[in-house]
Amino acid sequence: MQEDIIFCKGGGCTAKLGPGMLASVLEQLPKTKDPNLLVGFDSSDDASVYKLTENLAIVQTLDFFPPMVEDPYTFGQIAAANALSDIYAMGGVVKTALNIVCFPEKMDLNILGKILQGGNDKVLEAGGILSGGHSIVDTDVKYGLSVTGVIHPDKIYKNNSCREGDALILTKPLGVGIICTAERMKECSREAMELALRSMTTLNKYAAELLGEYEVHACTDVTGFGFLGHLNEMLGEELGAVIDSLQVPYIREAVHYADEFYITAAAQRNRNHVGDRVEFHKLPFAMEEILFDPQTSGGLLISIPQKEADALLGQIESLGLPCGIVGSVTGRNGTKIIVR
Amino acid sequence: MKQTLDFIGKACPIPVVETKKALSQLKKDDIIEVMVDNSVAVQNLAKLATQKKLDIVSDKREEGLYLVTLTVTDVTELKEVAPDPVDCIPDASSGPTVVVLSSDKMGEGDEKLGRILIKGFIYALTELDKLPASVIMYNNGVKLAVEGSDSLADLKLLEAQGVEILACGTCLNHYQLTERLGVGSVTNMYHIVEKLSEAWKVIKP
Repeated sequence: MQEDIIFCKGGGCTAKLGPGMLASVLEQLPKTKDPNLLVGFDSSDDASVYKLTENLAIVQTLDFFPPMVEDPYTFGQIAAANALSDIYAMGGVVKTALNIVCFPEKMDLNILGKILQGGNDKVLEAGGILSGGHSIVDTDVKYGLSVTGVIHPDKIYKNNSCREGDALILTKPLGVGIICTAERMKECSREAMELALRSMTTLNKYAAELLGEYEVHACTDVTGFGFLGHLNEMLGEELGAVIDSLQVPYIREAVHYADEFYITAAAQRNRNHVGDRVEFHKLPFAMEEILFDPQTSGGLLISIPQKEADALLGQIESLGLPCGIVGSVTGRNGTKIIVR
Repeated sequence: MKQTLDFIGKACPIPVVETKKALSQLKKDDIIEVMVDNSVAVQNLAKLATQKKLDIVSDKREEGLYLVTLTVTDVTELKEVAPDPVDCIPDASSGPTVVVLSSDKMGEGDEKLGRILIKGFIYALTELDKLPASVIMYNNGVKLAVEGSDSLADLKLLEAQGVEILACGTCLNHYQLTERLGVGSVTNMYHIVEKLSEAWKVIKP
């Protein structure tokens, strides 16, 4: 019993370092140039891309975090789906994955077994193969993957190449951070938790596979920095956006839980980081919190021409999770994010 | 009455959730002191204070010790259940009147006639002695406020006389008319519901 209590203390992407903190440290590192490094950390993209030949590049990413759910197998699945997601957000195909494990010496090894089984199942579903890993003794459990994929160097979905007039599509519901917090406070409804788990364990592979037929201008996955944090990165310095809160997909119960203040420190850090750029027009407090809520294994946020948006949304809807055309990219009206 | 809650070493959202629970017991001028160990917890308490209309003072005593003092100035926000409704009928002429345009036609029947009627209705609004506070347009109604609409001039006249003209943003988007809105401002469902619930009289042709 005691081990269960230690297992989950509020993890997932809520455990990420704040975006502001990270930027200040990364700025200190010298930037070395390599023409084959097509995407590096200076653009705060989802994964790095390194060109090998004219037709082939590798996509690499790494993600790990503490448990956000009590069940070890489910945690393994979620951590893997979250790590694999960065490959899909770039438009790549998953090839190999390495386990990253932190585990307390005194904890039951069967728990670790179930975590790794959950992770392996998702890697297989992604069409990849586990090829190794590294594990160390730690006071708390942490798990994740380092994933390598391949991509054509001319077909990379960058996260910061939106164009004015684009429609923004979100492929999964927001609010999973709030739902997991409510669950930890023993206040979460079963239905809400089930939807959150279904969303978090769903690979972004299926949404990404639909994108091939469309003119995708930019794509990212919504994780620890929340919807508005990742949108902020997508827009860069030049563009703005208008978001229609009525079209934003979210887990309904999250509104109630946000009003009860089942919110995370990470959400407040996200608010501190991008809050100045966002103008809320008559939005309820709970909806603001949902838009800042850190997501674990969140959906893809896709910027595509308005005329293609309805068709793509129709296909994404058939995948079975709440999704929507949440707004559009603006230019002339300044670089603010306006949320109505 | 004054009480102190110690949340040193407790991660979010425990400090704010437990403080919120403690509030429901409080009376006017009661003070609650909350000890937390990080600035984000202070910010979350500040959001709670804004919602519950509490006075808040925070003081960083030392590294890892913040003392947040919350004072109750208005108990109505602290009640978890709504107070009993006041038993009286207000004077219907004293509050705002809101006009709702949910279609670009007036009434059921011939479409052409419907368009003539709604144009006449909006013109007649401009001639009222006592103008409405707001005109809210949603669904097909937003088509009345875009460039090329026969009623655009009348709606602009209403706006110039201080009538708030509001068009549903979701609807403009749906019909791809956002760029062509010619009068008033774009709003959302929260604002529409707020306006309608505050209205003393709603006119819907």
